[in-house]
Amino acid sequence: MREWLIQNYPEWPILWKVVLPVVTIGIFFTCLLLCVAYLSLLERKVIGYMQVRIGPNRVGPFGLGQPIADVLKLFFKEIIFPKASNFYLFIVAPILAVAPALAVWAVVPLGEKWVFADINIGLLYILTMSSLGVYGILIAGWASNSKYALLATLRSAAQVVSYEIAMGFALVGVVMAANSLNLREIIQAQSGSILHWYMVPLFPLLIVYWISAVAETNRAPFDVVEGESEIVAGHHVEYSGTVFAAFFLAEYANMILVSSVASILFLGGWLSPFQGIPVLETWFQDVPGLIWLVIKICGFLLLFLWFRATFPRFRYDQIMRLGWKVLIPITLIWIFVVGGLQVWKVGPWFT
Amino acid sequence: MTEVRNYTVNFGPQHPAAHGVLRLILELNGEVIEKADPHIGLLHRGTEKLAESKPYNQSIGYMDRLDYISMMANEHGYVLAIEKLLGITPPIRAQYIRVLFDEITRILNHLFWLGAHALDLGAMTVFLYAFREREDLLDCYEAVSGARMHATYYRPGGVYRDLPETMPQYKSSRWHDEKDTAKRNANRMGSLLDFIEDFTNRFPQYVADYETLLTDNRIWKQRTVGIGVVSKERALQLGFTGPMLRGSGVAWDLRKKQPYEVYGELEFDIPIGKTGDTYDRYLVRMEEMRQSNRIIKQCVDWLRKNSGPVMVENYKIAPPKREAMKGEMEGLIHHFKLFTEGYCLPEGEVYAAVEAPKGEFGIYLISDGANKPYRLKIRPPAFVHLSALDEMSRGHMLADVVAIIGTQDIVFGEVDR
Repeated sequence: MREWLIQNYPEWPILWKVVLPVVTIGIFFTCLLLCVAYLSLLERKVIGYMQVRIGPNRVGPFGLGQPIADVLKLFFKEIIFPKASNFYLFIVAPILAVAPALAVWAVVPLGEKWVFADINIGLLYILTMSSLGVYGILIAGWASNSKYALLATLRSAAQVVSYEIAMGFALVGVVMAANSLNLREIIQAQSGSILHWYMVPLFPLLIVYWISAVAETNRAPFDVVEGESEIVAGHHVEYSGTVFAAFFLAEYANMILVSSVASILFLGGWLSPFQGIPVLETWFQDVPGLIWLVIKICGFLLLFLWFRATFPRFRYDQIMRLGWKVLIPITLIWIFVVGGLQVWKVGPWFT
Repeated sequence: MTEVRNYTVNFGPQHPAAHGVLRLILELNGEVIEKADPHIGLLHRGTEKLAESKPYNQSIGYMDRLDYISMMANEHGYVLAIEKLLGITPPIRAQYIRVLFDEITRILNHLFWLGAHALDLGAMTVFLYAFREREDLLDCYEAVSGARMHATYYRPGGVYRDLPETMPQYKSSRWHDEKDTAKRNANRMGSLLDFIEDFTNRFPQYVADYETLLTDNRIWKQRTVGIGVVSKERALQLGFTGPMLRGSGVAWDLRKKQPYEVYGELEFDIPIGKTGDTYDRYLVRMEEMRQSNRIIKQCVDWLRKNSGPVMVENYKIAPPKREAMKGEMEGLIHHFKLFTEGYCLPEGEVYAAVEAPKGEFGIYLISDGANKPYRLKIRPPAFVHLSALDEMSRGHMLADVVAIIGTQDIVFGEVDR
């Protein structure tokens, strides 16, 4: 597309420098928002069936219109500003939550050429952006001037800080194995066969990463920040309408993000699982990489929902204990193991 | 240096874990509870005072509304007090029916408790599973009394009527076709006893399912073991009864210690805990559900084999047969007198208690010889348990208060009365 524009309209550089990226970003965000909307429906349906009920089925066939109805409802609701709240911070908080959750997608490769910014420090960028999101929660809790929201803020600050460390260490293992921070190169380093995927040599790190990812996105069983039965709804107690929708959007976009990062770092991203298997490889070679990536992401997303339907909620101090005393030591040990594997060039991953 | 004050949080009355209308003033040091001050009275309806202005039978319905999770158990306490003062005993079949429904009520209550407790601790699936089973039991309520919750089924001198020979059945609709409806009605084709028996056969598997989800779950254990510990001595001093007391290791159960109705003839065990923490009380209640299931089975067997009256033949207390009322002068007068004036109790006072699912539910009744009580005092188990909330939750964290409210199994209908 870009080349075609350059060739045919060389006198209009604005076309490929501004218009094209804006349009693609617009299309991508629309898709992402649709994914978020339908992820919420999927969640309600899947958990519904796990809990011997049906889930939403009134709006449209199989309740397919439900997310649209929800979005419309949220948009037309009044935004209530508590009198004692700080108006500007109250508005800034949801923006701070949602902006990094969307911006982080710039470096996520959906296919071999499908990435907005193919930068060398992609992984670092993801870590930075996902840590920024917590400021949304912190400021929201502070600005609403509500006791429950403030408790949520305290919990969130502690939780995110400790799980970021575990997550960071888990990613260090991947970086060591791939010798790169660029997500595309990390995926390419895993090509070969399903056994080349980093989930095999770095299995403990995958588990640690995934647990920290669930904790980072404040999902059950680590949803102490929201803690419905303890602190009601945590940081968004006082939020309603569109500003609430922003938090909601950020949470679900983050869920999709950590699922795709997990698929990219440990399950070979867009690589086909049948790579290197004689017959199956030729059968499935026409399936676009995006499909494989989406399947992997959906698998992780279903795990989120499954956890939510199964587990009781952790207590706040127990989460801290799990993070500091279990997850971080595991990652530290495994980093040394990875180092050893690399020194002795254990195949097929570290040759 | 500025003065450091504790963080005071108003927990409820509109709070998802407040179990109705509990208002709790929590003093927090960080997340640690320094003091928990329960404020009650938001559901006060003056049941005790209302009962003073009504003939005895008209207050039975109020008893349903005390602990609205274990309706018939409350009725039982009330009619037992009246019967004790009147000096009558209901027919043996009525006693079995009462025991049957007391135990159904116990399962109803424990299922509700389990669901709410698990939901408070974040495991929401158990809640919906428990409610699936409650549906069947509420259908039993409906079959005998016509009401799913506020049954008013027990009467002084027996129960309102015998168990029905048919179960209400589902009809097919837009959402459930013929085949589906037939499947849903499969266990409703026989009598109520058949339906209950079918339930008792299925129920142990359900309990096993809940246990799979919770008992050995590490998170569940972390959240319950060592939370809200009450020692044996302290539990007795605080006046605990029911599973709260048994969880602390005291084998006290009115059904065994002071058998009323036919409990003396039935076989069942009393589970007790060891450490008196939330986890023990959870295990005790789970086992109680199995034991209740056992009692229900025995009652169903007995009720199948033996028929007989379910109400005393004394028309001063029980309404006469319909034909007698329509055809005979005597019957008509009895009927009229009973439904307008009611009956008078001899002068005196009486205390009767039953082992309600939550603990000892007692009725203290003073009669001055009139057709209404002079004074009616209700001893609700949850009120006593709630008063220990502060002691149980001090030093724990905010999330544990929720677990402790859950383990106390309080219902505000009976706390506030």
